[in-house]
Amino acid sequence: MAQPNLPNNPDPSPAQPPFVVEMRGIVKRFPGVLANDHVDFELRPGEIHALLGENGAGKSTLMNVLAGLYRQDSGVIKINGVPVTFSSPRDAINAGIGMIHQHFMLVPSQTVTENILLGLDNPRFILNLSRYDSKIAELGKQFGLEVDPRAKIWQLSVGEQQRVEILKMLYRGANVLIMDEPTAVLAPQEIEGLFSILRSMTAQGKSIIFISHKLNEITAIADRVTVLRRGKVTAAGQPARGLTRQQLANLMVGRDVIFNLEKKPVQRGEVVLDIQDVHADNDKGLPALRGVSINVCAGEIVGLAGVAGNGQRELSQVITGLRKCKQGRIYLNGETVSNRSVIFGIQRGMAYIPEDRTHVGTAPNLSVTDNVIMRKYRQSPISQYGLLNMPLAVKYANELKQAYDIIVPHVSTPVRLLSGGNLQRVILAREISGQPQFMVAVQPTRGLDVGAIEGVHRLLLAQREAGAAILLISEELEELLSLSDRIYVIYEGKIMGEVKIEPGEPDPGLIETIGLMMTGTPLEQIEQQGVRVHG
Amino acid sequence: MDLIIVLQAGVATGTVLLFATIGEILAERSGVMNLGVEGMMLIGAMSAFSTTIATGNPWLGVLVAMLFAGLISQIHAFITITLQADQVVSGLALTFLSTGISLVLGEGLSKAGTVSLMPVFSIPVLSQIPILGPIFFTRHSILVYFGYILVPLSWYYINRTRPGMHLRAVGEYPAAADALGINVFRMRYLYVFVGGVMAGLAGATISLAVSPGWFSELTTAGQGWIAVGLVIFAQWDPVRAAVGSYAFGALRRLILDIQGPTMLFGFANPFYYNPYWGFFLQMLPYAFTVIVLVIGSREAMRKRIGAPAALGVPYIRGERGL
Repeated sequence: MAQPNLPNNPDPSPAQPPFVVEMRGIVKRFPGVLANDHVDFELRPGEIHALLGENGAGKSTLMNVLAGLYRQDSGVIKINGVPVTFSSPRDAINAGIGMIHQHFMLVPSQTVTENILLGLDNPRFILNLSRYDSKIAELGKQFGLEVDPRAKIWQLSVGEQQRVEILKMLYRGANVLIMDEPTAVLAPQEIEGLFSILRSMTAQGKSIIFISHKLNEITAIADRVTVLRRGKVTAAGQPARGLTRQQLANLMVGRDVIFNLEKKPVQRGEVVLDIQDVHADNDKGLPALRGVSINVCAGEIVGLAGVAGNGQRELSQVITGLRKCKQGRIYLNGETVSNRSVIFGIQRGMAYIPEDRTHVGTAPNLSVTDNVIMRKYRQSPISQYGLLNMPLAVKYANELKQAYDIIVPHVSTPVRLLSGGNLQRVILAREISGQPQFMVAVQPTRGLDVGAIEGVHRLLLAQREAGAAILLISEELEELLSLSDRIYVIYEGKIMGEVKIEPGEPDPGLIETIGLMMTGTPLEQIEQQGVRVHG
Repeated sequence: MDLIIVLQAGVATGTVLLFATIGEILAERSGVMNLGVEGMMLIGAMSAFSTTIATGNPWLGVLVAMLFAGLISQIHAFITITLQADQVVSGLALTFLSTGISLVLGEGLSKAGTVSLMPVFSIPVLSQIPILGPIFFTRHSILVYFGYILVPLSWYYINRTRPGMHLRAVGEYPAAADALGINVFRMRYLYVFVGGVMAGLAGATISLAVSPGWFSELTTAGQGWIAVGLVIFAQWDPVRAAVGSYAFGALRRLILDIQGPTMLFGFANPFYYNPYWGFFLQMLPYAFTVIVLVIGSREAMRKRIGAPAALGVPYIRGERGL
């Protein structure tokens, strides 16, 4: 896009500068990486400007520079036309720029008001919270951010917590809000709610920078889009209307990306995993699963949808033997696997793609070789007379490196040095090479870029075609809809219902049904109330 | 054995535990566990006593005790906050170090004879209340009365003031506090220092008020460890800490005094005729401490009883979450 010619700029109000934020030629270098390479970025008053890019494209770096967390090596930041230098987040907030992080920065044991007042000079010493409660309730009403100021953070839903984060910034007089992947933790209805809040804020003159990698959201909410690839701008402030997902993905990745991978029809086989009325507790000793019954058959991918923290993690742990099952049973090919050891499941063909790649999925300081033989080191040929045959293990690791496209200089490299996508390929290589009969994959694409996601999806579909039974636990509804044959929805440890997924574009009524189940309405109730149901 | 006298002495003994426990509560609320309480109390007891011998001024003794113990606590602060080392290991090391320093500097102090102690007096009017008057308001050291004021003050500070809110935030979710411009490192140094000062005051309360003198490591006799256990028992709350401290103080006195009389409730006193039974009783507070510490170190239990979420976790800037 051409540089705007300032004197001829058709500005509706000449007293106001055309841009609230103007970043020119921002360069930020980290050891060995050029994170931002002469990046320009402009934010108009009252717009929602999406910042798009793969992981490592430099969008977080750019926004951290704007929020005062990093200092640019060169380049200028202008706020309302005035050049500024930020040396701390506080400076940025004082200049009216507030960043809302993906992981909420809220103290769970404190109230909404306390969290909002944290770090401010007013009140000076004695906390008369009731006076501030009403002030905050009023501010919330103004922007449609209703939340009880006296509630403790832990009592609030994720969507409400996000509202508190926004309020925190508005209370500090923020004029520009940077939102880092704000929809990642929300259910579909909550996303709609967030979007209407964002619109009401821009209507009142606030400007919003919306960092995302979900292409459909960008086309839905953003006025303009800036795309970064490898630290450089590939699209500067293009109007979002009229851009297709395909075009955006191309700008992001630099090549065409296939969204809807072809899902070949596979004959569904026998039930492989049968979960019957399983109850389990979470780490705090509170019930996390309350009577979950689901099954997965050979040659199908079964999705488990739900907002984070509704028992998905605990369910994957109970299946793999990492967590005790208090009541109920889990059968793998008719054999009880619940409350058995982890190795018991592995020996019977169970594979596990855990949510936490760096601590559960791999041993970060061990080499690629050590990590890929973790399922096999007990058996011949890698184990010989109780000793490890290392030359063979290295050869095996090199084979996997080739077959799964793991980009690493040498298999002796510790896996902590690998990127997210490569690390996930190491785990997939290890788990799939055992020809599993059943696989539980938890958030297998979280934090991966579009290209890497495509690779993971291809591997999962290949396993399905090979006749494996796959339980896919994910918070990305889009991913579940494109891969699964059936979807169960979990809410507070209970299954709300099951829907079949037909090939082709998903019906909006179906998405709405899943969304309602994700927020706690059982399927029967939705059907009774006559909401259109698909499948 | 007069129960009123036992309880009156118990309140004085409990004051020692109270100071140490409230100090440790403040440190732990900021996220730093300091197992060096026992050692810092010994430093306090020794320096209070020797300063008073040298100058004849017990007030100066208390002041030096607080400063010296506060200073020693900063070793722990540096190791755990700046160098981000394990808090348990560093705290244990601090106890060994401080015990050593106290024994070396306190060598010969036990033969020093009598010194002037902190003033003892009764509170007019309040001491006339039946039962409570003689227990709480009669012939106590000024330090005991100070303890009464400290409990509501520290509760109010933690729960109803701006710095108290910041203290809680730093101990619960330091990243959130940091993001809003609260200096997590400075706050933690400060509250570890306050914890040290309070442990020093507890030590001075022993050697200049409750059981005057210097008896090397028997001066504290493990009360610092009981204080660490009481913090968990009190669920990091100063008011519950007061209840626990006075109850334990009374128990300690009772265990000592029960071995005196030949008759108990009209029966032959078994603790008088079998002095070994007394040892069993004396063990009980420490057994309690062990049990509370074991329960309190279980992750699930810690969350349920409201331990500060970031307790024991060094804060590293830039790491997501806790």
